[in-house]
Amino acid sequence: MTSTLAPLDASGRSAPTRTASGAFTGTGTLVRFGLRRDRVRLSVWLLALTLGTLATAAEYKELYSTPGERALAVGSMDSPAALAMTGPRHYLSDYTAGAMLGHQLLGFMAVLVGLMSILIVTRHTREEEETGRAELVRSTVVGHHAHLASALTLAVVADLALALLLALGLTALDIDGIGPGGALLYGLAHAAIGLVFAGVAAVTAQVTAHTRGAAGMAFAVVGAAYALRASGDVGNDALSWLSPIGWIQRTYVFVDDRWWPLALCLVLAALSAAYGCVLSTRRDVGAGLRPARLGRPTASDALTRPLGLALRLHRATLLGFGAGLCLMGVMYGSILGEAADMVKDIEQVQEALARIGGSTVAESFASMVMVVVAVAAAVYVVMAALRPRAEESAGRAEPLLATGLSRTRWLGSHVAVALGGGTALLVVAGLGFGLSGAASAGDRDLVLDLVAAAAAYAPALWVTAGVAVLVFGWFPRAGAVAWIVPAYAFLAGYLGPILRLPDWMMNLSPFGHVPRLPAAGMDWTPLLALTAVAAGLILLGLLGFRRRDLEAT
Amino acid sequence: MKKAISIAGLHKSFGRTHALDGLDLAVEAGEVHGFLGPNGAGKSTTIRILLGLLRADSGGVRLLGKDPWKDAVELHRRLAYVPGDVELWPGLTGGEAIDLLAKLRGGLDRRRRDELVERFDLDPVKKGRAYSKGNRQKVAIVAALASDAELLLLDEPTTGLDPLMEVVFQDVVLQAKAAGKTVLLSSHILAQVEKLCDRVSIVRRGRTVQSGTLGEMRHLTRTTVEAETERPATGLDAVPGVHGLEVTGRRVRFAVDGAHLGAAMSGLGEFGIRSLTSHPPTLEELMLRHYGDELASNGRTGNGEPAQPSDAAPSTSTGRKGGAPR
Repeated sequence: MTSTLAPLDASGRSAPTRTASGAFTGTGTLVRFGLRRDRVRLSVWLLALTLGTLATAAEYKELYSTPGERALAVGSMDSPAALAMTGPRHYLSDYTAGAMLGHQLLGFMAVLVGLMSILIVTRHTREEEETGRAELVRSTVVGHHAHLASALTLAVVADLALALLLALGLTALDIDGIGPGGALLYGLAHAAIGLVFAGVAAVTAQVTAHTRGAAGMAFAVVGAAYALRASGDVGNDALSWLSPIGWIQRTYVFVDDRWWPLALCLVLAALSAAYGCVLSTRRDVGAGLRPARLGRPTASDALTRPLGLALRLHRATLLGFGAGLCLMGVMYGSILGEAADMVKDIEQVQEALARIGGSTVAESFASMVMVVVAVAAAVYVVMAALRPRAEESAGRAEPLLATGLSRTRWLGSHVAVALGGGTALLVVAGLGFGLSGAASAGDRDLVLDLVAAAAAYAPALWVTAGVAVLVFGWFPRAGAVAWIVPAYAFLAGYLGPILRLPDWMMNLSPFGHVPRLPAAGMDWTPLLALTAVAAGLILLGLLGFRRRDLEAT
Repeated sequence: MKKAISIAGLHKSFGRTHALDGLDLAVEAGEVHGFLGPNGAGKSTTIRILLGLLRADSGGVRLLGKDPWKDAVELHRRLAYVPGDVELWPGLTGGEAIDLLAKLRGGLDRRRRDELVERFDLDPVKKGRAYSKGNRQKVAIVAALASDAELLLLDEPTTGLDPLMEVVFQDVVLQAKAAGKTVLLSSHILAQVEKLCDRVSIVRRGRTVQSGTLGEMRHLTRTTVEAETERPATGLDAVPGVHGLEVTGRRVRFAVDGAHLGAAMSGLGEFGIRSLTSHPPTLEELMLRHYGDELASNGRTGNGEPAQPSDAAPSTSTGRKGGAPR
């Protein structure tokens, strides 16, 4: 708290020398303070986004060095499913490494830059109000609009820094088809879309009184923009023109290098930011335009049971992951029929698939999708299994454990939701994949095969949960260690075949022991062994939790 | 009488910090026991050990005749707890949280619950994230008092409550007492303790420095006397137990140890008393006796009466004297 106050005291003292009562007084101080607070967070975002782009660009250069390879890439992209997941077809007319970036990566990056910008704005506006810190700051010499203005300025700084890093980095890579002018446009397209969503967040932050709600509403706008451009790029082009993500994709960067769509973004960003400012004057500090929703005055019977409470607390996350994984399954399923054609031209993937040993390319592809699905489900499982830790450090475990609820039952109910929820996610993803895969490949048997293939990963998920429970029971402060399991599983499972990792390294991950259905045959032994290991880990974790002090806030 | 809580020589360390350094505490069944001490004195740690949330390093602890660590769940069905800093689930309403906590404890008197919600003026349909500090406290208080627990462990339960709600709270605790419940009340609010508690224990740096009824404690400390006499009072400083004598003309002011009050008064009577005020030490003064040196080290000497005992504070004898009778 002292560090929070120090710069403001300074502003308080220096304020009289500036204009005394502007609505934006103190913005500069808040911006500098925000940069100080977010220096690590922003650096990680910028570094990850920049390195991700540069790595992809380098990979394109490697994979598609000859005109023949590029022609094959065009062929694999020229399908509705592929276009829906990437961008408008016009890029295919001159499919250089640069055009591939604009086509395949820009839309995806727009979502990520959007998330970054939204989180910056909501973090420095609504979260400050929700925690009550804004009240303290507002009581000093700080103008009415200073918080919002400083949050938006932070977003501008971050977005422009990203644009600069991308432009410089891509130019430095010196790849055919990626010139300095195009690289600058490519970078600025990111900045433009970031600012649009920062403006959107400036509005949603006024509407609801809760940070998560404000960010969620803005994320929904990002999702809608992405969906609009997806349907527009497949069908009616006009739909894409309703989406700001569609706008930046229509700069046709590295193909036509059109600059004017960025102006559309800037206008929209400015308008929404100004609208946010206006809305903020119509509400009290700490309140939202929309009154907070009310709930039930009494608890339902289910809620007052440990498992019911755990389910309620996990519900939102579980539903979110369920929808996401189902969608992921449906999307992969829709291209299952074309998978054979798509991947046959990419040599490395081809080799990796051969190593898996599938009878058909479609089956091999399906096995690989399963790894991605399982890792995504593992992310949920770790989150869910570490939930008791979050409850404990937030001080919400203490009152519960001071009732007739035993530690074993409390932790057990959270673990049960993690295990059951993770398994349900696999089934849902497998079902989505199976149904849409069966439709696209014209093979009804796929439905059951793919559900079974996904479900086979359940024991590996349970082991993942077991590791988290073990850490929670014995070393509660080291909870983050449990994230190693899904991270390693992703590296080993997805990149392992491509990087040709030795078997023992693959087997370090619980996911490495799961039979790769449907390409490989079923093998029950490793699944039973994994289940036993999971049970052992969970029991050991429970034992540790029963012995240790509850950590007080 | 049966002891509801008995603690002897309790030790608990967190890393290098000795939170509890041989704490003793005895709470009789059916009494309201005040648990006093500044932040960091070890009050919350003691209560968390009583709840089996923390494990004692050494020392004997019995709660309702059982071991609070081993028999935690069984004991929890017989007690209710209000923490000083209530955290609620952001997505659950206050009403849901009350029902949840009370039912997990083993039962809920629906009528009593609704009555308490009404009395504390709590809006049960708001979500946890929307409650202010005071309202979060109310949720825990209602949940604790709506259950049929025989022992209430209240850890600074009314922080953030407004004075009106404070009155309601005191009323409800007195009701609980009348119903034969035992209450351990950790508090900073001395007026609350004076009003509610039969006995108090004062802790400092993880040890109990004084324990007893307020009357006993007062007897052991000095009463302040201010009087106006017909003739200037002289020679009072010769009376044993008189401290800080100030005579200005016919006004006289001094403090006197409880045991010597009678002698001092007859000495004063010789000069013809025209007016007399005397007051027993307030709880604040009792507290300050034990913490006067800390105040002094913070650069405060305190003005007026509460500071008076701090003159005597360097002599740690008060601590020993207080500890003796129990």
